[in-house]
Amino acid sequence: MNDTVQTTAVRPTLEVRHLIKHFAVRQDVFASLLREPLKVHAVDDVSFTVGREETFGLVGESGSGKSTIGKLIARLIEPTGGTMLLDGEDWLALRGAALRRARRNVQMIFQNPYASLDPRWTVESIVAEPLSTHKVVPRGDVHGRVAELLRAVGLEPSHAQRFPHQFSGGQRQRIGLARALALNPRLLIADEPVSALDVSVQAQILNLIQDIQERYHLSLLFISHDLSVVKYVCDRVAVMYLGRVVEVAGTRALFRRPLHPYTQALLAAIPEPTTKRRRIFAAIEGEIPSPIHPPSGCRFHPRCARARALCALETPEFRELAPGHWAACHYAEA
Amino acid sequence: MSDALLDVRDLVTRFRTKRGTLVAVDGVSFNIGRGETLGLVGESGCGKSATGQSIMRLIEPPGEIAGGSMVFEGEDLRAKSREEMRQVRGARIAMIFQDPTTTLNPVFPVGGQIAELFRYHTSAGPKEAKARVIDMLAEVGIPRPHERYDAYPHEFSGGMQQRVIIACALVLRPALVIADEPTTALDVTVQAQILALLQRLQRSETNTAVILISHDLGVVAQMCERVCVMYAGNIVEVATTADILDAPKHPYTVGLMQSIPRLDLDEDAAVRPIPGVVADPIRPPSGCKFHPRCAHAFARCYSERPTLKATGNGHMAACHLYDQT
Amino acid sequence: MSVADGTRAASFVAAADEVLVEEHVPAWRKFLDELRGSSKGLSGFVMIVLVLLVTAFSPYLMPHDPTEQIIAHRFAPPVFDGGTYEHFLGADNLGRDILSRVILGTQTSIAVGFLVVLIAVVVGSTLGAISGYFGGYVDTAIMRLADFQLSFPFILLAIIFMAIFGPGFWSLVVALAVAIWVNYARLVRGETLKLRELEFVQAAHSIGVRDATIIVRHILPNVMPSMVVMATLDIAWVIIFEAALSFLGLGIQPPTPSWGVMIADGRNYLFESHWMTLGPGLAILITSVAINLFGDFLRDTYDPKQARL
Repeated sequence: MNDTVQTTAVRPTLEVRHLIKHFAVRQDVFASLLREPLKVHAVDDVSFTVGREETFGLVGESGSGKSTIGKLIARLIEPTGGTMLLDGEDWLALRGAALRRARRNVQMIFQNPYASLDPRWTVESIVAEPLSTHKVVPRGDVHGRVAELLRAVGLEPSHAQRFPHQFSGGQRQRIGLARALALNPRLLIADEPVSALDVSVQAQILNLIQDIQERYHLSLLFISHDLSVVKYVCDRVAVMYLGRVVEVAGTRALFRRPLHPYTQALLAAIPEPTTKRRRIFAAIEGEIPSPIHPPSGCRFHPRCARARALCALETPEFRELAPGHWAACHYAEA
Repeated sequence: MSDALLDVRDLVTRFRTKRGTLVAVDGVSFNIGRGETLGLVGESGCGKSATGQSIMRLIEPPGEIAGGSMVFEGEDLRAKSREEMRQVRGARIAMIFQDPTTTLNPVFPVGGQIAELFRYHTSAGPKEAKARVIDMLAEVGIPRPHERYDAYPHEFSGGMQQRVIIACALVLRPALVIADEPTTALDVTVQAQILALLQRLQRSETNTAVILISHDLGVVAQMCERVCVMYAGNIVEVATTADILDAPKHPYTVGLMQSIPRLDLDEDAAVRPIPGVVADPIRPPSGCKFHPRCAHAFARCYSERPTLKATGNGHMAACHLYDQT
Repeated sequence: MSVADGTRAASFVAAADEVLVEEHVPAWRKFLDELRGSSKGLSGFVMIVLVLLVTAFSPYLMPHDPTEQIIAHRFAPPVFDGGTYEHFLGADNLGRDILSRVILGTQTSIAVGFLVVLIAVVVGSTLGAISGYFGGYVDTAIMRLADFQLSFPFILLAIIFMAIFGPGFWSLVVALAVAIWVNYARLVRGETLKLRELEFVQAAHSIGVRDATIIVRHILPNVMPSMVVMATLDIAWVIIFEAALSFLGLGIQPPTPSWGVMIADGRNYLFESHWMTLGPGLAILITSVAINLFGDFLRDTYDPKQARL
C-alpha cells in the first residue's frame, strides 16, 4: 500500500495537468446567435498522476466526468485544454499514424460486456485484432499468442472459435481484458469493469484484474462509481464531483479519514451490508446540479452543510492537508 | 398463517422460450405481515423480479403462473379475474419499478396521472383528487408541489421522478408495496435520500408492508427486517436481517457475503468469489441448483433438491447440510 | 497492494468450467430453421426461386421465339379464353407469343431490380457510413444532398435522365438507383451513429485500427441484416417502377421485351384482347408479392425493430 504521492525520482506513467473537456450542446441556429453557445463542463481543470505499477482510482457519481477522463486519456475524444504526459512524453502531441502506433501503450477495458465485443467476430479474431493491427507477432504465431492470452485471463484456448454470445458477462470481461493485454500496454484504463456484472462474479473479475496488473507490471486507472470496489482495488483514489477532483489520497487515508465534505457525504450515503451501523440515511440534500450551469465557486457548495459565503465566490485551491492527502475545500482540515 | 398480509405458497412462474421452458420462479413460499419490510435479494435471473410481477399478476404470455397460491388479505390473487385484479393493483398492492421513465407516461403532466389513478379507485371528485395528490407530492419531498403538479415527467430529475413514482404508489394507501430495485438507477447520494424517504413514509403510513427486491445486500440490510435470499428460482434462505448478515447458513449466502468488497472491513480483507456462473434457468443443474458452485456439496446434493427447513430462531435454509433427518 | 492468498488464483480456474450460455448456430442454419417455421417466408422464397429459375433458363422455357410475328395468330386468345396450348397466354397484336415474351421480360425485370438495388446499396451505404462515422461538414453535405434528392419528384427526375442520356436500359437503371440510394444512406448513417458509440467500435479505435478498416470490418457487417431486408423489399419496388416507367415510354424501349412495355402495348386493345395486359400484369404481381412476402419474413427475423406491428 502506497499512501504517499509518487516521488519525482521515477517518472509516473501518466501525468494529467489541467485537463479540460467541454462539450457543445446542440441548439438551434437562432438561439446560438442570440447568446453564448451552451456547453457541458464535463471535465474542468483536472490534474493527477498515475505512478508506475500503481492502481489509481477515479470515483464519482454520474456527471462527475470520470468516464470522460478515461476516454480523453485513451484519446477516443480530444480535450478542450490541458496536457498529458505518458512516460514523460507529450501524449497529446501525437496525431495520425504516429498516434495509431502509440495507442498500444494505452489500452482500455469497458463497462458493458455485451457491447464491448463485436457480436459477429469469434473470440480468436477479437483477441487477434490488436496483434494483427500492430503486427506484434508474426502471422503464424498469432494463434499461439491468442491461446496464451486466453489462458492468462482464465479462459480455455479451446473456446477461441466461439462467439461472444456464447459467454457469460464475466467471461466476456475476461475476453476484453485479453484483448487489452495483447499489446502489453503501459497504462490500462478500466472504466467500470464490474458494474454490469452480478455481485458473485464481480469478485472474480476484480481479483483477476489485480493479479494481471501485478504479473504484467501495469499501471492501472480504475474508474468506478462504487466506493467499496475502489477501496478494494486501488492504491490511491481521486474523488470527483461535477467535473472537478475534490480529494486525492491514499486509499487507506481516504476511507479512514475523508477530508472533503463531499467525500464524507458520499461515504455516509452508502448502505452497508451490516447491522452494526444501521441508521436512517442522513444524506446530503439535493441532487447533482447540471454540468451545463455548474455552481459558482466550489461546485459542491449548494449541497454542503458547511458552506459559507466564500464557497460560492471562490473556487477552493487544492491543498495538501496531510502528506499525500489533498483536498479542494476552503474549510477542510486534517 | 392467517395473520399474514400476503402468504405465497409454492409459486411457480415459467416462460416459454425458443430454447425451452424457463422456470423463473420454482416453488417459492414466503409470507409477509402487515407493516413488515421483507427483502428479496439475489443476483440477476434468480427470479426475484418475476416473483414480484407474479404477485401483481403482471406475467403475460409467453409467461404464465403455473402453480401455487398467493393469499392476500384472505383471498387468493391467482383466483381473481382480470377486472378484480385491476381493483387490487394500485389500490391494495402498488409497485415501484427500477426505471421511473417507463412508469410515467411522458406526454401527460404527472399530477394528472396520479389524480386519474386516485379517482379510478375512489369516488373522489376532481378537486378532492388534486388536493390529495398535491399533499402526496409534498409528502414525498417534491418542492413547490402546486406548481410541479402540472409538470411533465421529463421536467423532473431521476431522483425526483422516483419520488413521483413513490407518491403514485402510496396515494391510495395500499397495504403492500412491491419495490423492485427502486434505487438501482440512482446515484448513491440520491439513493440515500430515496431510501430515507421510504423509511420515513413507511413509519408514518398506516401499516404499509414493503417487499423490497434488490441485488444490493447493503440496501436490504439497511431497510429490511427479514430477508429471503433467492438463487435460480428458489428461496435458499430466510431469516432476520441480522441473522442473514452475521450468521448466514446457506453456502450461497455465505459466498455472497464473502464476495462483496466492504467499506466497513479492513482494506486488506480479500474478497472470495463464488466460482462458476449462475445456474442456467432453462437447464438447471440436478438436485440442489447451487451444487456445481458449492464447496460443501456431497452426493445427496447432486440428486435431491433440498427444501426450506427450520434451523432454529425462525431461520430457514434449503441446504442438506442443515437437514438432520 | 494487498496480495490475497489462494483466493486470487482460484479466480483463474473458476472461469474454465462455467456453463456455455448458448450453442452457436451458423447463420445459414438459422436462416433455414427460421424459413421452415414461416409459411410467409417459405412461400415467398419458393416463388422467388421459381422466378430466378425462369430467368436463368428462359431460352429453354420459351415455347416460341418472342420476336417471331405470325400474322395468322394475331390476337390469339389464351387457353382459358377459348385458345389453344400453342399460345398459352395468347398472342399480341403482332402475333407474338405472350408467354414467351413474359418469360423473356423476366430477365429485364430481374436484371433491373438487382442492378439498381446493388448500385443504390453500394453508393448509399458508403456515403451513409462516411456521413455517420465522421459527422461534421461531410455529414451535413451528404444529408443535404439526400434531402434535396428526396424533395425532387421522381417522375421529373426520370424524365430529366431520359432527356440527357436518352431512354434505354442504363438510363433507367441509373435513374432508379438515384431515386433509392437515399434509403440506404439514411439507414446506414443512423446505424453507424449508434454503432460508433458502442464499445467494440471504441475498442477497435483505441487499439489503433484505421477508420476505414473499422467501417468495413465492424460497422458494415453489423448493418448488413437491416440492409438486406431493405434491399429485398426495394427490389419489388424497383420492378414495379421499371414497369411503370417503361409503360410511360421512359424506360426500356421496344423491341426489348419488358412487362411495362407489354402492358403499354396492350392498353390500346384492353377491351378486345385483355390478355395482352393480363400476362405481364400477372408476372409483375407474382414477382412483387413473392419478394414482399420473403422481405417481410426477413424483416421479422433479422430486423425486428423495423417490423410492422
